[in-house]
Amino acid sequence: MSALKGFSAPIVAGVVLFGLWQGVLSLFNPDGFVLPAPSEIVGALIDNWDEVFKGARITGFVVVSGLIAGIILGIVAALLVTRFRTANETITPLAVAVNAIPIIALAPIFNNWFGLTSPRSNQAIVVALVFFPIFINTTRGLTQVDRSQVELMESYAASRSRITREVRIPNAMPFFFTALKLATSLAVIAAIVAEYFGGRQDALGPLITQSAGLTRYDEAWAAVLAGTLIGAVLYFAVLVLERVAMPWYSLIRSHNDET
Amino acid sequence: MNVIDIQGATKVFNPGRGNQVEALAEIDLAVEPGEFITLIGPSGCGKSTLLRLIGSLISPSTGSVQVNAKPAEQARLDRDYGMAFQTAGLFDWRTVTKNIELPLELMGWSKGDRRRRAAEMLELVKLSEFAKHHPSELSGGMQQRVAIARALAFSPPLLLMDEPFGALDEMTREHMQDELLRIWKETGTTVVFVTHSIPEAVYLSTRVVVMSPRPGKIASNISVALGDRSASTRDDPAFFTKVTEVRTALRKVEE
Repeated sequence: MSALKGFSAPIVAGVVLFGLWQGVLSLFNPDGFVLPAPSEIVGALIDNWDEVFKGARITGFVVVSGLIAGIILGIVAALLVTRFRTANETITPLAVAVNAIPIIALAPIFNNWFGLTSPRSNQAIVVALVFFPIFINTTRGLTQVDRSQVELMESYAASRSRITREVRIPNAMPFFFTALKLATSLAVIAAIVAEYFGGRQDALGPLITQSAGLTRYDEAWAAVLAGTLIGAVLYFAVLVLERVAMPWYSLIRSHNDET
Repeated sequence: MNVIDIQGATKVFNPGRGNQVEALAEIDLAVEPGEFITLIGPSGCGKSTLLRLIGSLISPSTGSVQVNAKPAEQARLDRDYGMAFQTAGLFDWRTVTKNIELPLELMGWSKGDRRRRAAEMLELVKLSEFAKHHPSELSGGMQQRVAIARALAFSPPLLLMDEPFGALDEMTREHMQDELLRIWKETGTTVVFVTHSIPEAVYLSTRVVVMSPRPGKIASNISVALGDRSASTRDDPAFFTKVTEVRTALRKVEE
């Protein structure tokens, strides 16, 4: 019951919002030209189910594969810079410099590199965007450890890799998951915007631009809804993963809430 | 044979640079088995640095530090001592039992032996009913008791403690002091204890080592022969005489 309690407020808020949306539109804007009513969007989703579902599968694949590659690269880079001084002196400034580039602006250039209709360019954009928050946060978690915990391990003559395993990695997990939650929504945005410029033409991005170009706004919104669902499912998956990976962390949070 | 033998040890941080600090100058110290030594002095007197030298967490700039008749580093690699710090330094991701088992895991004890030993240690610090809890569910004093149990788990011949009760309230602190003395008596281990509380130093130790700052030196050794401590020790005139003696020595180094 207590688990449901946390969800009841957002559900009520959502129902009220969509009710208002539907109600106001049916009163003042019955043709639903600029902003279709929720019922029309759901109707368009059902009418164009095959097309939207296929687009969502293609975009979803870009998002998930890009996310996984970005996470792996971010974690590996974070482990390298924590372990080796030279890696820190080379990778960190490079990563910061790359992050200063508005990555999404590279989409047309990446299309040129990977081929206009190849999803590779879209994946590359997602990887580049996901990498940075994962890298920075994980590095912070690996380095900002309790000094006495490291000294304690040293007093036991523990090896460096053992200290990394026992102290640094568990310490970095909350930092990593915070970044991952940020990265999931970034990945969906990155994939769809990148698809506006190229990649597979049956993905969600082209579906949105084409429908909007043909003034079929209800279909465009149906594709947006599909993108929203991808983001929501991924975010929820991260929440579940976080609970499974660090059951001890919710104890700290609930303890801090009390005090 | 001395447990600790320090001869002419000095420590300079950042040598040759603008922020060079001479932390310790010419330390000589010998500690016999079973002694309870307290290092006391104003902040900046290098007492924590000296403790880290003994523990080989840092190495001396000159001079030698021997623990159990071998270089301190070898003693560390042989796991000759346990450590406890001002912050309990427990691992939030491990249960209380698993925290105490940590040094035993590193030493390759079998699972069954570890479990048995952790249970014994929890009994010693009277926390058996919290075996499966996580550290964040425990009070500060309880966490510190777990840290001490962890430090003692593998029966190290030497225990190094850096202001372990510094963050505790007065009542918990006194209780922990009695607990530590009981454990010390039961295990016969040698203890080096850093504090800046004069009553704590006198109550706990067989010898108080008073240090002076900038650079850190040993100003005086005051032996304390008060016999077995109990609640009445804290009201004993002999206790107050020692407290005054240490305080006078500290005043002298502050000047």
